[in-house]
Amino acid sequence: MAEKKRIDEPTGTETVGHEWDGIEELDTPMPRWWLFTFYACIIWAIGYTVIYPAWPMISDATKGVSGWTSRGALDAEMKAQADRTAPIRNAIGATPIEQLSNDPKLLQAAVEGGKAAFKVYCVQCHGSGAAGSKGYPNLNDDDWLWGGDIATIHTTLVNGVRQPNNDLTRMSIMPAFGRDAILQPGEISDVADYVRTVSHQQPVTGARQRGAAVFAANCAVCHGPDGKGMRAMGAPNLTDAIWLYGGDKATIVQTVTNSRYGVMPAWGPRLDAVTVKMLAAYVHSLGGGEALPTATAPIDANPAAAENVQEANVASK
Amino acid sequence: MSHPNNVKEVEEDLHLYAKRKAVYPKAVDGWFRRLKWLIMVVTLTIYYVTPWLRWDRGAYAPDQAVLVDLAHRRFFMFSIEIWPHEFYYVAGLLIMAGIGLFLLTSAVGRAWCGYACPQTVWTDLFVHVERFIDGDRNAQIRLANAPLSLSKITRRLIKHGLWLMIAVMTGGAWIFYFADAPSLLHDFVDGRAPFIAYATVGVLTATTYTFGGLMREQVCIYMCPWPRIQTAMMDEKSLAVTYKDWRGEPRSRGMKKALEEGVPTGDCIDCNQCVQVCPTGIDIREGPQIGCITCALCIDACDKVMHQLGKPRGLIDYITLLDAEEEAMGHPRMPVRKRIFRPRTIIYFSIWGAIGLAMMFSLGNRTRIDISALKDRNPLFVKLSDGTVRNAFTIKVRNMEARPRQVEIGLLGMDDARMWAEPGDRDTAQRTIRLVVAPDSVSKDRIYVISKAPEPAREEFSFTVRALDKQGGSDSDKVTFDRAEGQ
Ligand code: SF4
Ligand code: SF4
Repeated sequence: MAEKKRIDEPTGTETVGHEWDGIEELDTPMPRWWLFTFYACIIWAIGYTVIYPAWPMISDATKGVSGWTSRGALDAEMKAQADRTAPIRNAIGATPIEQLSNDPKLLQAAVEGGKAAFKVYCVQCHGSGAAGSKGYPNLNDDDWLWGGDIATIHTTLVNGVRQPNNDLTRMSIMPAFGRDAILQPGEISDVADYVRTVSHQQPVTGARQRGAAVFAANCAVCHGPDGKGMRAMGAPNLTDAIWLYGGDKATIVQTVTNSRYGVMPAWGPRLDAVTVKMLAAYVHSLGGGEALPTATAPIDANPAAAENVQEANVASK
Repeated sequence: MSHPNNVKEVEEDLHLYAKRKAVYPKAVDGWFRRLKWLIMVVTLTIYYVTPWLRWDRGAYAPDQAVLVDLAHRRFFMFSIEIWPHEFYYVAGLLIMAGIGLFLLTSAVGRAWCGYACPQTVWTDLFVHVERFIDGDRNAQIRLANAPLSLSKITRRLIKHGLWLMIAVMTGGAWIFYFADAPSLLHDFVDGRAPFIAYATVGVLTATTYTFGGLMREQVCIYMCPWPRIQTAMMDEKSLAVTYKDWRGEPRSRGMKKALEEGVPTGDCIDCNQCVQVCPTGIDIREGPQIGCITCALCIDACDKVMHQLGKPRGLIDYITLLDAEEEAMGHPRMPVRKRIFRPRTIIYFSIWGAIGLAMMFSLGNRTRIDISALKDRNPLFVKLSDGTVRNAFTIKVRNMEARPRQVEIGLLGMDDARMWAEPGDRDTAQRTIRLVVAPDSVSKDRIYVISKAPEPAREEFSFTVRALDKQGGSDSDKVTFDRAEGQ
């Protein structure tokens, strides 16, 4: 091919010698600065591979004299971010949980931080939208087993639910009325019917009267005579529209027969105090959060007392 | 100092690169030169003065007439304020600029290159500075070939110093489009301006100095894509600077002598004036070529020569390829008007004008308040203790006026629905919510909507916003309300 090199007449430029269907290519020389720019790029590239990790070896790659690594860069970025958020985290840490909402900016930061932590620690059970599922409470609604003000939520988070070796943990123990033969299957069926009538899920029937008696004798201690529940003991309101395990008759019968013992880890020992506070702020912000009680004494339950009541109840049977 | 004019030439047989021909354009005066002066003054004035124009927008918005406020994502241009979501206006302007160039090219050829391109304008400025210090072409060549002396060094220092000064001012003017010009200048001089400002000035200084002072015609010939695009866009009806070889050839140096000898002569006397004035150093008599930016300086130079010879002007002239053929055959030339108004230019112009009109129309009609509602998708709905269903929305109200405005958010449809905004609670739920939106900003509120009705699973309604001041204005956004299926 090379023998076809020739000088192109109109331009006076040499051709490269290739020809495709009569089309030839001119070998127009580049200007000098262009060539030097090209050389400069080559030198730059060599320098770059010396300074940064570049050449693949058998089991590794060259390290580069600058010692740069992508992990190191990530660490530096994470640290920079931690440094950036440190003041606000410290401020959240220094503010008592009851006073967090007095500072809207701080509260907002806490909610955002809690949202991020929630996605890591809580979504496994409560779901990414905090809507819960069967057995795991929906945190968006206005129904709270233990109370929905920010301080109570915080206490629940710190101590968890049914955690051993934690005196403050949320502990409600409903007897397994059927399994432990406290009630007969017929009585359980009656009381389930009764519960479904007080929550307006089914019309009043003959079973209601029998169920009402069973309820008054066995359930009213914790759930209240009218079935409205008692937060001090973590006893759910049975008259509302929200059912943790389900409000159909079969599920209620099952709940009364075997009882349910949900658990939640105590986050106090597992996470740092600021993160737990932020989680409380986030959960409180989801739309069902309640105002702090105006009375100074928190309505925190004494779990031991609750247990005692339960036990007494069982004992009385 | 690497000056293009004293580039040492290398052996001829080294074909790795093309040697650069040093260009020392000669000064010339004439109709087109004056037009270039005028355009240079106008464009440079616009560039340097615009950021310093003020425009009163009240207490809540900047008073700079033209401001690209990147930090706050606003673009101000006199009475027009553009928000990021209205960026299509900027896109429209860019499309207009593009089509404008097409129009210009199909009508008058590479007029952009010859007169208005920043590369041309700044190079022209730098060339004049050079002439001011070193003298005209011949003096420059003499100086370039002269041995190094104190006076040569001084001249070089002054020239490059002036170039650098212009370059710094060029880069400096640029940054004022992006921040309040007077206070930025203050900060800049005090060393308190942001790093990016100094970096921008530094980069633009370097490019202006290199492209305008050192590279010049190399940019047009080797770096710029526009000549390639333009060559493809020009047709036989576009104006181009053309040497009329049928009139000029054969060239003669001594016309009288040639006449006496009875040798046929053309009008070109081979005085080389057209080559000497050319800023890209080419010989237009070789025919149309990519190196010609159609600055028309060779026309001015040649016209002057023709005038001295008592011949009609226009041996080198703006002429279309078609006309050139006609004229060469001795036919009369078509009037310029007919050349310019032809289907292609008219189509370009109509598209260009239509986009402009459409933008003006939509600018005049845009509302300065709007609402957008974003529904919570997880969870879609929440059942409350009493069976009521709650849906949550994030409502953004955009107040595009430079003053705070009181607005009322309302519900359209779903007559049983009530709503409240955070922080607030269910007891305060109503059909409307009032709020004040800060000037020139977007409010963001979380709003809960509740409905007692058990059905249907999916229901459409709208959030409305209405400004509660004299100017008024309203907007709405359609969303859905969800409930559990089969309740
Ligand atoms: S070739 Fe490019 S840089 Fe040169 S004048 Fe034309 S548009 Fe400008
Ligand atoms: S040939 Fe003439 S019009 Fe073209 S760049 Fe040179 S002087 Fe300008």
